[in-house]
Amino acid sequence: MKIKDIIEKLELKVIGGEAGLENEISGAYTSDLLSDVMGNIDDGNVWITLQTHKNVMAIASLRESSAVILVKGLQPDVDMLEKANEEGIPVLGTELETFEISGKLYQLLNP
Amino acid sequence: MMQFEYKVEGGDFTNAGNASSEVKKILKKLNVSPKITRRVVVALYEAEVNIVAHAYRGDIIVEIDTEKIRIQLNDEGPGIDSIEQAMTEGFSTASEQVREMGFGAGMGLPNINRNADELNITSEIGKGTNLEIITYLNKEN
Repeated sequence: MKIKDIIEKLELKVIGGEAGLENEISGAYTSDLLSDVMGNIDDGNVWITLQTHKNVMAIASLRESSAVILVKGLQPDVDMLEKANEEGIPVLGTELETFEISGKLYQLLNP
Repeated sequence: MMQFEYKVEGGDFTNAGNASSEVKKILKKLNVSPKITRRVVVALYEAEVNIVAHAYRGDIIVEIDTEKIRIQLNDEGPGIDSIEQAMTEGFSTASEQVREMGFGAGMGLPNINRNADELNITSEIGKGTNLEIITYLNKEN
């Protein structure tokens, strides 16, 4: 499944990093602890988080995340958005809470 | 042998990860396997963030030869009181501000240890900390 598919099915808002909308999804990881993500996320995963600063994109880039989903209507900091556009990693937004969006994405990826 | 050097400023979270990003690009160009690249990058990123979060400034020296990648991180900073304690999963001395960013969960040094083939740490209170991270290129599997 590609990022553009989950955008449509989960009604996600594209906030930035449009160049990566064709990225293939290998799975997903939900966490707000950056070292936990750094050490445990798999390449190609979607990362679901409430963190909105630039370091999120540094990790997403280093671990080749297919996209970042920000929960609860949170907006990225300006420099996070700039980095997302520069790296071509989509930053997507949802009004849902972490548990809900994680559950919905899980169902979608594991039908 | 190739050698690369980077500078890290304490407190500069905006640029945290830049050295790791540069090294990742270099390893990709050298056709180092994705698995080894990942190990190096995870270890280096954590060590880089440790300098930003805890030290005043630091230097990163990356040496690559045909058999290994050797990374030295030398910082000027408060030093580590007990390396054994610092290596314990969950132990952290990070500030509240650093924790709010999602850092400082006490996972950094354990992550480095897990992703390094060899890790050597020396530290002097009031002076700084030196890390040596070695990853072998022929140790696939």
